[in-house]
Amino acid sequence: MPEALLAIDGLDVFHGDFQALYGIAAEVAPGEMVAVIGANGAGKTTLLRAVAGLLGRRAAAIRWKGRPIGGMRADRVAALGIALVPEGRLLFPSLSIEENLLIGGRMGRRGPWDLAAVYRLFPILRERRGFAPAQLSGGQQQMAAIGRALMANPELILIDEISLGLAPVAIRQLYEVLPGIVGEGMAAVIVEQDTTRALAVTRRFYCLQEGRVALAGASGSVTREAIGRAYFGV
Amino acid sequence: MEWVNAVVQGTLLGGLYALFAAGLSLIFGVMRLVNIAHGDLIVLAAYLALSTAAGLGLHPLAALTVVVPAMAAAGYALQRGLINRTMGGDILPPLLVTFGLSVIIQNGLLMGYTADPQKLQAGTLETASLSALGLTVGVLPLLTFALAVAVIGALQWMFYRTALGRAFRATSDRQDVAQLMGLNRAHVFGLAMALSLAVTALAGVLLGIRTAFDPAGGGARLIFGFEAVIIGGLGNLWGTLAGGVILGVAQAVGGQIHPGFQILAGHLVFLAVLAVRPRGLFPKMEG
Repeated sequence: MPEALLAIDGLDVFHGDFQALYGIAAEVAPGEMVAVIGANGAGKTTLLRAVAGLLGRRAAAIRWKGRPIGGMRADRVAALGIALVPEGRLLFPSLSIEENLLIGGRMGRRGPWDLAAVYRLFPILRERRGFAPAQLSGGQQQMAAIGRALMANPELILIDEISLGLAPVAIRQLYEVLPGIVGEGMAAVIVEQDTTRALAVTRRFYCLQEGRVALAGASGSVTREAIGRAYFGV
Repeated sequence: MEWVNAVVQGTLLGGLYALFAAGLSLIFGVMRLVNIAHGDLIVLAAYLALSTAAGLGLHPLAALTVVVPAMAAAGYALQRGLINRTMGGDILPPLLVTFGLSVIIQNGLLMGYTADPQKLQAGTLETASLSALGLTVGVLPLLTFALAVAVIGALQWMFYRTALGRAFRATSDRQDVAQLMGLNRAHVFGLAMALSLAVTALAGVLLGIRTAFDPAGGGARLIFGFEAVIIGGLGNLWGTLAGGVILGVAQAVGGQIHPGFQILAGHLVFLAVLAVRPRGLFPKMEG
């Protein structure tokens, strides 16, 4: 395996007195696409938020290109080239679609993604660029949220619950474009409820269960039974 | 004719109230902070102009070149050094801190300048006037109103047409997601306060040229500013200008009815608006 872009080791995260993650270890290589699966409450969202810098954690627990970033503020983490597409999209409601994209690109990192490239990927966003996010369908909002993250030209994109609450046709559209996005030399971590779909598009996966990595491996060779056991702990 | 005159004078006075209100509206919009010290900061700016004008022998308007940057820098430092530390889920701590700040500024000014009323000496600008259609209008109120329109227009443009404005709106919408865009919340808040106090500096200098001021005068300015913001509707800058004008006209017309009725008339109109349209005349902000 090539040198890791992101290396997580011994990551514990607490929400007050409640411990959400226990000694998580995981790696993402450059250009690689990794799935994080697991039941509700397993800690998937917490893991992504911790990497993005939104939750307090130990500096050495998360390394970016070998450098400890665990204690870093979210805006500094973003500037390193880590972009999070949060669960529920969380677009800025008082900004138009185009303004949401522009603010994603405000750090001015170099790369293939700009307004024109995002509009080529999701032509519907160009048509709706002057609209408020609330005027778009869930699938279109997810496109805008992904576009906003791409605008930062990240080296690693974290997508939380990519298909949650979306219409099947929108989910299919998003999964069609996903490999092309990562093909641009960007690594991706996707959190997904739909295990089959997640394993189909990724190379490796981590399955979380109650805050621990219950199973990890190559997405292509894992059996349904093994996933089932890791998922539910039975 | 007296009544028309009262309306015209009140409209122009409304420009000053809109300047009081604009800074208040800006920081409430960006960070949901109610700055109780806002009126005292206006008075502080007037005193700063007094010392600058005296020390450097400048016209008060020329002193703006010193007072505006100084107040902006103080605003940034105040936000990052003090107010940011109190911001979080609860709205009470920052409210109490700005209340404390209000007390400190008043007493600091009292120690430094005594309680004697002061005035900024602006020479002929104070008395110059223009006459047309049987009305006589002071140049200073006219200038104040023009500056208020210009400042509100500029703020509106900044908010809706620039990257800084997008950053303000995004941070106002969702602070944590804004951090994911590489925006440092503490810095964004600092910039908002800097901008607010830059406008405050202009308001303070125009106030000081127009009328005498003393260290205890902040409270009334805070209330006029608040009333203008609420009448106009939260989050709407042009609404704030309209709110200032409505308040100014109410006071001028009230003063025309009876001199003692001036301030009360403004408050009554404010209460009437609050009773009929609790969200203001031109509300924009949701929630």
